[in-house]
Amino acid sequence: MAGEKKGLQLLDFWVSPFGQRCRIALAEKGLPYEYLEQDLRNKSELLRRSNPVHKKIPVLLHGGRPVCESLIIVQYIDEAFPAEPGLLPADPYARAQARFWADYVDKKLYDCGTRLLKLKGEPQQQARAEMLEILRTLDGALGDGKFFGGEAFGFADVALAPFTAWFLTYERHGEFSVEKECPRLVAWAKRCGERESVAKNLPPPEKVYEFVAGMKKRFGIE
Amino acid sequence: MAGKEDLKLLGLVVSPFAIRVRMALGIKGVSYEYVEEDMFNKSDLLLASNPVHKKVPVLIHNGKPVCESLVIVQYVDELFAGPPILPADPYERATARFWAAFVDDKLTPAWIGILKAETEDERAEKATETLAVIRQVEEALANTLADGRAFFGGDSIGYLDVVLGSCLFWFDALRRMRGVEIIDSGRTPLLAAWAERFRENAEAKGVVPGADEAVQYANKLAAAAAAK
Repeated sequence: MAGEKKGLQLLDFWVSPFGQRCRIALAEKGLPYEYLEQDLRNKSELLRRSNPVHKKIPVLLHGGRPVCESLIIVQYIDEAFPAEPGLLPADPYARAQARFWADYVDKKLYDCGTRLLKLKGEPQQQARAEMLEILRTLDGALGDGKFFGGEAFGFADVALAPFTAWFLTYERHGEFSVEKECPRLVAWAKRCGERESVAKNLPPPEKVYEFVAGMKKRFGIE
Repeated sequence: MAGKEDLKLLGLVVSPFAIRVRMALGIKGVSYEYVEEDMFNKSDLLLASNPVHKKVPVLIHNGKPVCESLVIVQYVDELFAGPPILPADPYERATARFWAAFVDDKLTPAWIGILKAETEDERAEKATETLAVIRQVEEALANTLADGRAFFGGDSIGYLDVVLGSCLFWFDALRRMRGVEIIDSGRTPLLAAWAERFRENAEAKGVVPGADEAVQYANKLAAAAAAK
């Protein structure tokens, strides 16, 4: 009910950009919660029970009831706790634009990034080209705006901000510079990073790079 | 708001994604101009309105485009008065969104995979996958449908009904074309009963084509692919 902020738990994994979306949203709303780091190689009973369909993080538990899928969680946080700031704008058309771009990030960025990091040779070059296309499209959508929705930090920004910690990793694997290709996007990333909700919840880019290097070693990808 | 709404929907008769939007507009009782697109010869308007994906449906409202079927359905729900499409309660909304995403991310690629499969083995694999996924939907939604409600949305159709229901005619087409029964009263009794009610619903009857049209379109796609 109004103001009831008890009983929020987040099942998450430290480097997950999807989990970070939820952490940012909770922080933006000033909502206290219990962070529960999950071991994804040995999934807990709680995780399996809370997300039987996908068995993935993040999962938000509110009074014990699970909400799954990061963008659905972010919308739930916005709607269940309607006090300011609103993560989605008031205007329906602006909301539609925010949802469109959040959906675009979901459909394109992570999968392309994974291919860029895992593959070699021609397939990697293909992934590199796609990544540049995606980043340029996002840069174009942002335009000269402060945030994706305009003046206010919102849903689309929350959807994309965690991936800014992956830019360094993408750059090193793809041998390109995000700053050179998409200067507006980099300026936006800096502005996001100035918000406490983002600064406190994203890992340093070098840590992401180390994590990926470790994963590649573990799976024998060189 | 003064004045008539200027609404134009770029769609495809056999696209479940376009059908969802038509149903949403129908639920709200809103009139619109419908434009059938030719996917083999996309219009300048479509390409200009959806430069990112170049796909239907696109809803153009007072000249401004909205793209992606689930985004459009929510837009229509928020903009127009009338029966609600998404429920009011935040947790129920999250649940409806979760299953809609599941249909689009897991179920749809699987049944489209049956159509696109080039070998018998691939077809069988995709069919097995589709049946496993629909089984998950049947099990998870047993609670929702078992409490006696006619639709996922309650007494009248809502978000998840529109999202899943818009695919049903393709399941009929796949039965005819590939002999695969995705929903049947033996394996998925709750979904089978729900599907019957959905088909009889006035909103659905207005905009859902027969399986024949889907079969024809699939043949057209196959011919085009073979011609390459």
